[in-house]
Amino acid sequence: MAAESSPKIAIVDESPIRAAILEEGLREAGFTDVVRIDEMQSLLSRIYALDPDVIVIDLENPSRDILEQMFQVSRAVRRPVAMFVDQSDAASIQASVDAGVSAYIVDGLKKERLKPILDLCISRFNAFAKLQDELDRAKSALEDRKVIERAKGILMKLKGLTEDEAYVLLRSTAMREKKKIGEIAQSILTASELLK
Amino acid sequence: MTTPLQIGFIPLIDAAALIVAVEKGFVQAEGLDVQLVREVSWSNVRDKLNIGLFDAAHILAPVPIASSLGLGHIKVPIVVPLTLNLNGNAITVSPTLHAAITTEVDGDPLDPMATAQALSRVVATRRRNGGEPLTFGMTFPFSTHNYQLRFWMAAGGIDPDEDVRLVVLPPPFMVDSIAGGQIDGFCVGAPWNSIAVDRGVGRILHFGSDIMQRAAEKVLAMRQPWAEKNPQALAALVRAIFHAAEFAEAPDNRNEVARILAKSEYIGVDASVILRTLEGRLKIAADGTIREGGQYMLLAREDASTPDPLQAAWLYAQMVRWRQTPMSLEALQAAQDVFRPDLYEAAFGRTGRPQASSKAIGAFAGPAFEPEKLDAYFAALRARAEKP
Repeated sequence: MAAESSPKIAIVDESPIRAAILEEGLREAGFTDVVRIDEMQSLLSRIYALDPDVIVIDLENPSRDILEQMFQVSRAVRRPVAMFVDQSDAASIQASVDAGVSAYIVDGLKKERLKPILDLCISRFNAFAKLQDELDRAKSALEDRKVIERAKGILMKLKGLTEDEAYVLLRSTAMREKKKIGEIAQSILTASELLK
Repeated sequence: MTTPLQIGFIPLIDAAALIVAVEKGFVQAEGLDVQLVREVSWSNVRDKLNIGLFDAAHILAPVPIASSLGLGHIKVPIVVPLTLNLNGNAITVSPTLHAAITTEVDGDPLDPMATAQALSRVVATRRRNGGEPLTFGMTFPFSTHNYQLRFWMAAGGIDPDEDVRLVVLPPPFMVDSIAGGQIDGFCVGAPWNSIAVDRGVGRILHFGSDIMQRAAEKVLAMRQPWAEKNPQALAALVRAIFHAAEFAEAPDNRNEVARILAKSEYIGVDASVILRTLEGRLKIAADGTIREGGQYMLLAREDASTPDPLQAAWLYAQMVRWRQTPMSLEALQAAQDVFRPDLYEAAFGRTGRPQASSKAIGAFAGPAFEPEKLDAYFAALRARAEKP
């Protein structure tokens, strides 16, 4: 490996969207040699075929234990992993576990060269988690809105209220019971199902 | 007041005492509020314990020693105040490899020495015929599975690093891998051996207890500073898990325990399969052959729960034997200090020297294991391996 060439980075991630986000981030940062592995069958031989300098894996992936054996020297392990992040840097480990990613450096690569790669992975993983979270919230907000619409309809019919009055009633009940409007609306739907 | 604790675990039957402690109210009775967190890899359990995301963990017995010595990862002092189980693994081989071993075996096929020598002949024949080496799965470099496979093979004259391939596989992948022919056998905990048998892709060749009569398998682990800061919570947790282990082992409770473990948030396999392990009555072949083993898995029986420094020394000796770390008397002592019978005894209000003294490991081959005579132990094993 030429000392200053871009290290070859393998991304092991079964989430194609997250892997794409990570790959794009690495490329933008000037790491041009990035390969994605999304098939866990025979992971070790795939890694040897690619012969990467750095391996990045998501923590939800049970195959992470497969990489741990690369610390060993044996017939199955042809090019051992030198380390899992920086042994001396507890903060890096904390940040990477929190973000849900870990990185292994394969023997031969200088350890200073891992740091910017790991930092980038952590920030991209965090960005992905935030995105996922926002998406989940948007989905549940949409769900809530549907439920609230139906609950309003039931209140209007049963109590002869206008739409605005029905909404005010829902909101004041939610505030009084320290619950979300969506939850109150859901209990109205459940109750009306039961009383049918 | 209840103390909230986060405890990581891997979905395996040997997490039984921990799971039952939560599900049957043993931890609540001790004033603890335990949240169990299911994990997908031993690396994750280790890391989350080491950096403090978990207060305690269900973990492979060698891992706290590796962490305390700084092997394979950052150095974090860990203590073990309770053994969750002794034994519980099995070696399963593909029907093809089983047939080959059966043809070669000279003597009792239940005798691990006979099968190891037979395997050695199978390996030699394959080499002569230019075949690929046999591949065996195990769960982690620092695992009893790795050491038990190696111990067994080496006793038969096989060099596990040269003559075969040993590869790490997550337990849930073992069955598919043997079915797909990527591996020829594996050593893993329950329920995965039984699942391979049920699918007709594997045959249980040995129980772990055939290889060693007593082998610490999973332990309860926590960071040493945490243990020092929280002696009451630690003692309460030890008591709760011990009582849960006794509950789980009582024959009358087995059905209920199997149903609890079968839940999707825990192991998520059929209760009847789990029951086989709890009863130590296993279907070992697709034709329905049953084998019973009273020592198959010990939770609380026979003083299984007491952490035994002899077990820690044995695990350290395996790390040295298989070149995961150089031999050092200081490290040997440090390894033994990870297993803390004093913390275990203190949890039950007993002080001073632990009542229970070390019990022999009872390996099927090699000299009796004595930590004070490690050099002689290694020399005896080497002499055996060099015999033609």
